[in-house]
Amino acid sequence: MDSVRYDGERRGHRVPIALKILIAGGFGAGKTTLVSALSEVRPLQTEEILTGAGVDTDDVSGVETKSTTTVAMDFGRITINDDLQLYLFGTPGQDRFWFLWDELAFGALGAVVLADTRRLADCFPSIDYFEQRGIPFVVGVNCFDGSRRFSLEAVRRALDLDPGVPMVLCDARDRQSGKTVLISLVEHVARQRGEPVPAA
Amino acid sequence: MRSDLPGPQHEWLDDDAGPVVRPYTLTGGRVRPSVDGFDLVAYVLATPDPDLAAYPELHPEHRLLVELAGQGTPVVELAADLDLAVGVVRVLLGDLLSRGLVAVHQPPRATYLPDNDILKAVVHGLRAL
Repeated sequence: MDSVRYDGERRGHRVPIALKILIAGGFGAGKTTLVSALSEVRPLQTEEILTGAGVDTDDVSGVETKSTTTVAMDFGRITINDDLQLYLFGTPGQDRFWFLWDELAFGALGAVVLADTRRLADCFPSIDYFEQRGIPFVVGVNCFDGSRRFSLEAVRRALDLDPGVPMVLCDARDRQSGKTVLISLVEHVARQRGEPVPAA
Repeated sequence: MRSDLPGPQHEWLDDDAGPVVRPYTLTGGRVRPSVDGFDLVAYVLATPDPDLAAYPELHPEHRLLVELAGQGTPVVELAADLDLAVGVVRVLLGDLLSRGLVAVHQPPRATYLPDNDILKAVVHGLRAL
């Protein structure tokens, strides 16, 4: 019987735990930049193939639809220790790829929603998505040159964010800044579980 | 040589169809793996000393997957290493799993993390980077 195992050990070979974190936000908000800044390896890319027919059928022999495309997925890796790795996935920008979001979000630890104050509404769909599914998220306000015209409070009001959702200013190009955003996400997740992580 | 031009019965041969049909020729047209459960970050571990010679039907890509999974590698990294779409890699992994050449270890769902020490370790690890 074929099986997919859920245990962490196999003949003494320890398998690391891999945690997924999603990096979401509107087109051009800096998702790929942030994944690149944080990943310990060159950002990797793979594709998922989207076919209109593939969703409900088991082969592509009858594919005559033109609604076929490949969706690139950016991802990066951060090794915490031998047993623990973080995988960062940039979410596809267009709404028609929601089906991929579901796959990415499945079992995810949480998400970072990058907001660009010049186009704030672009991140509304991401926020709605995570709110509706109860996936913990933080909002990273990406500071583009010359774009800091709003206070964090004004951005929070504009996004109609729950008071418990952390907001942080960040520079998606900067690794330290990106780290701060990830830390605030993990701390947020821990708080939601009632087990806050002590401050350093 | 083909003499018949792509007509109505060969619509899938046009340029638009290229990205779809080509990747899945490797899987014989199968777009679903024989087994579900290959999460993007599921770890694939090759069976020690796999006897690949016993399976002449396997493609070079299958063999590469077994090689890459020798130390344990997540599905999404295998796809990136082979430059194949994740969907294609899942089908190939299903072939390997059904032959007992790999084992697959699902990640824990974040909602069922065994303990909060993991989150502490993540925060401390990030701070130390």
